[in-house]
Amino acid sequence: MSVTTVERAASVEPPARSQPSYLTSGNTIASWLLTRDHKRIALLFLASITFYFFIGGIAATLMRLNLATPQGLLQPAVYNRMFTMHGIIMVWFFLIPSIPTTFGNFFVPLMIGARDLAFPRVNLASWYVFNLSGLVVLYALIMGGADTGWTFYTPLSTVYANGYVFAAAMAVFINGFSSIMTSLNFIVTIHRMRAPGMTWMRLPLFVWAIYAVSIVMLTATPVLAMDTFLLAVERFIGVGLFDPNHGGDPLLWQHMFWFYSHPAVYIMILPAMGVVSELIPCFARRPIFGYSGMTIALMSLAILSFFVWAHHMFVAGISIYAGIVFSLMTFFVAVPSAIKVFNWTVSLHKGSIVFDAPMLYALGFVLLFTVGGVTGLMLATLAVDVDLHGTYFVIAHFHYIMVGATVSAFFGALHYWWPKITGRLYPEMWARFAAILTYVGFNLTFFPQFILGYLGMARRSYTYPAVWQSWNLLSSAGASILAVAYVLPLLYLGWSLFRGLKATANPWGATGLEWTISSPPPKHNFERTPVVVTEPYCYDPERHTFVTQEGVLHDE
Amino acid sequence: MTNSSSVAPEIQFANLEQQGDTAQLGIWVFLVNETIFFGALIFTYFVYRISYPQEFAAAAKDAVLWCGSVNLAILLTSSLTMVLAINAGAQGRRQEMVTLLIVTAALGCAFLLIKGYEYYLDFQDHVVPVVDFATKPGEGSAGELFWIFYWVATGLHAIHLMIGIALVLYMLLWRIRRGEIGSAYYAPLEVVGIYWSFVDVVWLFLYPCIYLVGRS
Ligand SMILES: [Cu+2]
Repeated sequence: MSVTTVERAASVEPPARSQPSYLTSGNTIASWLLTRDHKRIALLFLASITFYFFIGGIAATLMRLNLATPQGLLQPAVYNRMFTMHGIIMVWFFLIPSIPTTFGNFFVPLMIGARDLAFPRVNLASWYVFNLSGLVVLYALIMGGADTGWTFYTPLSTVYANGYVFAAAMAVFINGFSSIMTSLNFIVTIHRMRAPGMTWMRLPLFVWAIYAVSIVMLTATPVLAMDTFLLAVERFIGVGLFDPNHGGDPLLWQHMFWFYSHPAVYIMILPAMGVVSELIPCFARRPIFGYSGMTIALMSLAILSFFVWAHHMFVAGISIYAGIVFSLMTFFVAVPSAIKVFNWTVSLHKGSIVFDAPMLYALGFVLLFTVGGVTGLMLATLAVDVDLHGTYFVIAHFHYIMVGATVSAFFGALHYWWPKITGRLYPEMWARFAAILTYVGFNLTFFPQFILGYLGMARRSYTYPAVWQSWNLLSSAGASILAVAYVLPLLYLGWSLFRGLKATANPWGATGLEWTISSPPPKHNFERTPVVVTEPYCYDPERHTFVTQEGVLHDE
Repeated sequence: MTNSSSVAPEIQFANLEQQGDTAQLGIWVFLVNETIFFGALIFTYFVYRISYPQEFAAAAKDAVLWCGSVNLAILLTSSLTMVLAINAGAQGRRQEMVTLLIVTAALGCAFLLIKGYEYYLDFQDHVVPVVDFATKPGEGSAGELFWIFYWVATGLHAIHLMIGIALVLYMLLWRIRRGEIGSAYYAPLEVVGIYWSFVDVVWLFLYPCIYLVGRS
């Protein structure tokens, strides 16, 4: 192990606490709502996105309920509104902010040894803007919702749709500012606020992932902002730049929409990859395999994600040559993705693996991400896409990435960092049960949809031929299991807040700087600025020791 | 009056230098985002201009050239006074800094006044889509696309300029009055100046798109 200044620590305990934790310093409502502490803002975001996760989840429940029978239980118009609101809320109000605004917010400063993000007020403003956009989307939902699909394709969205498209589009527009503020903060923080010795090649991979995702957010979101702004103008005044009656091009909307929304998939998956890169070395008790390869893969995914958007438009009327180029580029994306999967897998080799709940979620992530990635390549193949476009195969594919992979990683992160955030341990057996239930429920829900898509069932249809009912029933049954698996953590984590065992500073024996301070962390994180002397993930599976990034050797 | 600063760095920074440095990087990163925001709009403009060159040239003839040109001169001058203000602040010449900032804000307001007058002329010329639009010979139905671009682009630019004026006033009435900007620490003023110049540069791109099309 390439550690220079190694000293043996007498105890894993942190020094006696001299300032109150961030949770106990200030208990008024104002001290939360006007806080500039990145840790409190992270918890505010956690509360907000959990709320929207369950709102979007209710819409999904109604959809699966409807599809349990071939003729459908809901009115067709209601069904259209349900899948639209499900998509809008889950994409912009849960998945995109999910990991960056919560765990990114909480742990990026801690992991790089900073006392806060670079711009704490911008961080707080981001939360308020997020909630403003949330109110607008709730308004759209309560007034009756939109029925355009989350993609707002013109001219359906500008001329023919009857719902509250203007409000929904404005919600997405406003939401973008929250993304932009958060990502700007991360980029500047990671550039300027690293502790002495924390070089780029010593950054934990989670920080690298947040950096990569911030760049994607910062450069993709303004295109969506302009796109939805023009859409809202057109919807509002009745004439606009996408209006075919005036020579406008509806495909232009699609190009600009996917120029954002393909990178958006990477906005959802890159932070998840970062989380898993923390979990696997910690629970396999060995260094990550190919650290520098992982950083290069993250950055090339961020860059390549901008050159593949038209693979969503193969059958929309783009030229065949454009199709070939975008198909090829999409295959290139598979290379860094595969590098990451190989590296995670090899990182297990000769480790001494502990199957705690975070690790179960991480392993679930790798498996589900692989299925989602491989089916993505099938869809990127031009001829196959002509057949499968607009079917449940596509639905299953992107849910494997966005729900299977990202939400698994979100729950993995939640369990891994729960002791640090709250100072309490969660009940391990319940958590393992929930992790396994998530995996089973997820596959039961979405694998049948691959088959349905292959058989030709169209997405966004409220009804289907009776021969497909058994697959649809299986999927709906799986969804109910998945719902239990998602509600369960709410219960036992809530219980642990009051009854859980007190957590020590470093319950997992992990190497990052966030574990060198007490749980929960003090208000200003570090009493003295830490000095970093080594790369992350210095675990030794044979001697059962590990070295923190400050260079302190611990026994397990 | 003390020239500079009872200013202490915020809790997350080691010293004022790091704080100023970070603020500067912050505004540049923000401008990356802004560039792409306006870039997307100008991109849509070029898509249509290439599709409908004659129609766009015909429609653009109705744009009020003198308003746009005078405004270009005003904004370029205001960027100059802005830079001079930062220089004066950096060298501790407080009175000069204040005067130059007032001139900068006044030039910004002059731009908006002329822009407002131009909007008035546009109304009289019936080039306001939906509200009052008359298709002129030669511009076909695509001419209206040009005018939608015109209103969206100039409107968004004007909003950005208003924010810029508000920031300059915030510097004058709050930060400088409280003695927080001086030779020791002037990063906030620099940040405002960078933003101001960006708004200026946006006009530099919008001006040829709107006023010079097809005038050869
Ligand atoms: Cu895509």
